Order: sequence, then structure tokens, then C-alpha cells
Amino acid sequence: MIRKALWLSATSVFLTLFTAGGHAEDRVVNVYNWSDYIDSSIIDDFTKKTGIKVVYDTFDSNEILETKLLAGGSGYDVVVPSANFLARQIQAGVFQKLDKSKLPNISNMWDVISERTAKYDPGNEYSVNYMWGTVGLGYNVKKVTAALGADKIDSWDVFFNPDKLAKLKDCGVYVLDSPADIIPAALKYLGLDPNSTSPDDIAKAEEALLKVRPYIRKFHSSEYINALANGDICLAIGWSGDVFQARNRAEEAKQGVEIGYSVPKEGAQMWFDQMAIPADAPHVAEALEFINYMMTPEVIAKSSNYVLYANGNKASQQFVDKAILEDTSVYPDAETIKKLYTVKPYDPKTQRVITRTWTKIVTGQ
Amino acid sequence: MADIAATAAPSTQTTTLPARLAKGFVNRLVIIIPYLWLLFFFLVPFIIVFKISLSQTAISMPPYTPVLDFSDGISGFLAGFRELNFDNYTWLTQDALYFNAYVTSLVIAAISTMLTLIVGYPIAYGMARAPATIRPTLLMLVILPFWTSFLIRVYAWIGILKPEGLLNQLLMSLHIISQPLVILNTYTAIFIGIVYSYLPFMVLPLYSSLEKMDYSLVEAAEDLGCPPIGAFWKITFPLSLPGVVAGCLLVFIPAVGEFVIPDLLGGSQTLMIGKTLWNEFFSNRDWPVSSAVAVILLLVLTIPIMFFQQAQAKAQEQGR
Repeated sequence: MIRKALWLSATSVFLTLFTAGGHAEDRVVNVYNWSDYIDSSIIDDFTKKTGIKVVYDTFDSNEILETKLLAGGSGYDVVVPSANFLARQIQAGVFQKLDKSKLPNISNMWDVISERTAKYDPGNEYSVNYMWGTVGLGYNVKKVTAALGADKIDSWDVFFNPDKLAKLKDCGVYVLDSPADIIPAALKYLGLDPNSTSPDDIAKAEEALLKVRPYIRKFHSSEYINALANGDICLAIGWSGDVFQARNRAEEAKQGVEIGYSVPKEGAQMWFDQMAIPADAPHVAEALEFINYMMTPEVIAKSSNYVLYANGNKASQQFVDKAILEDTSVYPDAETIKKLYTVKPYDPKTQRVITRTWTKIVTGQ
Repeated sequence: MADIAATAAPSTQTTTLPARLAKGFVNRLVIIIPYLWLLFFFLVPFIIVFKISLSQTAISMPPYTPVLDFSDGISGFLAGFRELNFDNYTWLTQDALYFNAYVTSLVIAAISTMLTLIVGYPIAYGMARAPATIRPTLLMLVILPFWTSFLIRVYAWIGILKPEGLLNQLLMSLHIISQPLVILNTYTAIFIGIVYSYLPFMVLPLYSSLEKMDYSLVEAAEDLGCPPIGAFWKITFPLSLPGVVAGCLLVFIPAVGEFVIPDLLGGSQTLMIGKTLWNEFFSNRDWPVSSAVAVILLLVLTIPIMFFQQAQAKAQEQGR
């Protein structure tokens, strides 16, 4: 009898384990997001609430993500490319349309952002905004003040005016190694359409950039975070969030380095990081549940409070820290937002011209 | 491989037939393994890259048009074969950019290899001439840096070489210089990075050939009145030549395609083939052209090395 009871209980334990294991295996979502881009307690809360296990993996460049997606079979359920990359990936058939009936929280989204992301993803059929920001000027307040005699910079003029940039040469100028971010800025500064693909306009942008090239120490898309924070450089054209990271690191290091970020008054390019589901995602239902959860106002506000980026969720703004919400370098005022522009992805031919122009600017060849 | 075959062949003098067969099989297996390795990890990837280099870009997954589709059987294969085009290769000749990038990479790699040899030879010589008891420790010290991530070690050089870095602080506090030296983001920094990173690859083969050398030959030369420097050039250096060649190849080949060191330590004006390939692949999303760049790079590297090895083998045979 005892033996039979033992046997039964052992079987039931085994069965419970087995079914529990099987269940957990069903409820998984594989998320691939930028590194250092979420408050990890959000993931734990999601698992607690839904029982879905999150396998969270990170990348640090759009190119790496794109290569994995284009090769196919990445195994990811939710990925977060930037909008200009997303647009081309949609054309390549990388993503599946989102089942909006499974995303009731979509009503929380902010029309100012959705209107703009629709330029990349018509009707926002494939993606939902996670965070957004600008391409602007990150600077070392003390060094720039000393060199230029102005305590604040608010115009592209500080970069595109050779006389001004020459004064910053010795304290160090870094520029994103990303033609799609810098060439439109040059066009905007010249009063041309930042979206222009005309070879003449691109040649003008090239000319403007070649004039300031002697004063640029390096073109690099990530080194400037540390370089700004350590005080090695005094000016960088960079992505808003990266500059905020540099600012925080500088504050933590307590070496007296103070970093400022400015959205130039002529207008700056906006970028958007969009959550989307690959066409071959193995766990679509879980992916939708995850995306819906990320659109909960309190949740996405928590994320913004942690990563210090603006999000595209209007309803979340009451939960975002006042200091962040009122910081115009994170949430620009309505007047500035009007001046912000978006850049459509280039067709392959223009892309080639842009890359070639860029190589010439950067290497002189 | 030729060496393995040569050493394996004369050893078939066993008594019984089955044992002889078994031994023959084992010998063949020993030869086959490296060939299989080459087949799967060199030839197959190369054919895949070559195939992509003959296709055209497309906005799809994967981002190029299929070439030589085997799913249609032989006829489809032949049809595809007729459609092969080498446009991507002619494209590379139309812009001086690619040629310049290849040349820059080869020059940087050649200079770095020479510098690594100059720095590595005395180290290897010192190790080989050191008392046998401390040689394992010295060997360990050469290998030790591998225990830290390559990336972190290259990053560390940024801290050393930057204008306010350790090197400039040291030189300025010793009053050797009054203005910080600009080293970071220059070619000098690239050379320093490559020499530092690849030094073990130079030292180890040099050490192994110097250690095997019979030093009594040098003593004999000196007894016969040859000055030490003359003895070095007449005896030690020629005998260490296999190590020199192996070390130089181990440094030169990866240095040509080096991407990380020029990216982190070099200036933006550095145009190397690794960066050009990166641009084609990631910025232009042109997998076919970037594959063509890679195929040419491989040919540029392997063909001279094959000729060189053949010449060496011939020279060795004549030497016998």
C-alpha cells in the first residue's frame, strides 16, 4: 500500500513537473532590443502578471539587427529597429502585420509621434513606437563656453561654420559615422530639403561638410559617449539618448565634467525605435501580449524614467518624472517639435551615392 | 599537409597484412581530417560567398537575387549558369576607392608585420636562450594577455595614447615633452595596436624554431673568428627563417583584414578594406558587392602565398 502510494505521488509529482515544464515552454517571448534600453523590473513584472517567460537579448547597432532579420530565422518574437531601417525591412517582407484587436492599449499612443512614424510604416500596421529622440549637439559646457565665449549653443552654426568649429578643434569634435543622420542636417543648415535625394543638393552638403572636415577629430557612432563623459572631447553630433548617457556617466564620475544637449533651432532629425514582430516569429500571441503590455501608460513611463528617452505614449506622460517631462532636450516644446523633421529611407541608388559621398568626406578619398 | 604525408608514408613497414591495412587506413584518416576541415570551413563558405558575389541586390530576405538555384535540377542550374554575371567585379574596377583600400590595407599590414618582427625577434631569442627552467614561465607570460578580451586590450590603448592619457602624462611629468603627443587616431596608433595585439603570433613560431636550433654552430663560428653579429646573420637568422616566415604570415594575413584596431585606434581618414567591406555590407546593404570585395581580398592574399610556398618547397628540395 505504502509503496503504491509512494508510486502514485511520485507519478503525480512527475506529471506536474512535466506539464508545468511544458506549459512554461509554450509561454515564452524572445525579445531583441537595444542594450541598456529597459528597466529590467518591467520584464519581471510582465512575467509575474502573464506567466510568459521573457528571453531578453540585446544588440547595439541597427546593422546587426538588420543582418539577422534579412538572413531569416532569427527566432525573435519582438525586435526594436529604428524607423528608417524598419521601413526597408517592411519592404523586404521581414515583418508581419500587427493584429490590432490584440493591442487594446494602442489608444494610449501619441498622435504627434504616430503621424510621423506612419511615414516609415504606413498606417502603423507593422510597428508600435517604443522610444524616440533627436539628432543634436552634445557638448562639454565648460570647454565650449571657454572656447566660444557663449555659455549655450542652440544652432547648427556652431558646427557648420568653419570659423566657430576651428575654435573647438583642439578640445575635440566627434561626429556620428552615419551619413543618413549628418547629410540631412547639412541640407537643413543650408536651407535645403533634408529629404532631398538630388545629386546637386548632396554635393552641396558634401561641400559644407568638407569645409569643416579639418576640425573633426573622428567619425564614430558610439565612442563619443565615453569621450564626452571623460572630457576628452567638447562637441559631438550624436543621438539624444547617447548624450544623456554621457551626461549621467559624467555626473557619476564626479570629475567636474558637465554635458549639455541641444536640439538646434534650425530643426533636427527625429529618430524612432519601433517594436515589431518578425514574419517568422515563433510566439506571435506572446509577442502581441508583450507589445500591449509595453503600451500600458505606467509601464512605458517607468521605462522612460529609467532610460531618459521620450516615448510615443501620450497617456504615459502623467507618470513620467517631472524633471524628464519638462526637460526640453528630451520632450521638446510644441514649437520645437514642429521644426523637427524625419528623413525617409533612401532607395538603393541614392544610398550608394550617399555612402560614396560619405566615404569621401570621412577619408578624403 | 605535404609534411604530414611525407612523415606518414615511410611508416608502413609492419609485418601482418591486416595490421598494415589498418595502419594505412589510420594514416589516410590523419590526412583526410585536415582536408575535410578545409572543405567545410574554407571551401564551402568560400563557394557560398562567391555565389552571392555573382547575384544582384534585391529588397527581400535574403537581400540578393538567387543564383544557381539547385531546386530546378540540372536544367535550372545550367540556365542560372548562363545568367552568371560579373558586374559586381567590374564595378570594383570603376571606382579607385576599392583599389586604394586594398593597397592601404596591404601597406599597413606589411609595415605592421615588419615592426612586429623587429619587436618579436629579440623577445623570442631571449626566451630561447634563457635557462630551460624559466622558459615555461616566459612562454606563459607571452600567452597571458590572451586571457583578457582582445577588445578590452585594444580599448586600454585608447586610455594610454589619448592626449590626456597615461603616456602623455608620463612624458610631460618627466619634462621630455611640453605639448601632448597626438598619437591616438593616427596611423602610429594603428601600428602600435597591431604590433601589440599580434606579437604573440610572431613570438611563438620564432621561439619554437630558435629553441630547436643547435647553438654549438654559433659557438663554432665564433671560435673560427666570426664576430657575434656576423654569426647571427650567417647562422642564427637563416636557421630561424621558417619561424620568421610562419610568424610573418600569421601576423600579415589577419592584419590585412583588420577592422577593430583601425576603428578604435585609427583616425577616420584610414581607409582599409575591412571598413570598405563593412560599408558595402551594412550601409549600402549590397551583399553581392561586399562578397565580391571579400573574394578579391582572398585572392589577393592566397595567390601570392601559394606561389611563395611553392617556391619555398622547391628551394628546400634543391637544398637537399
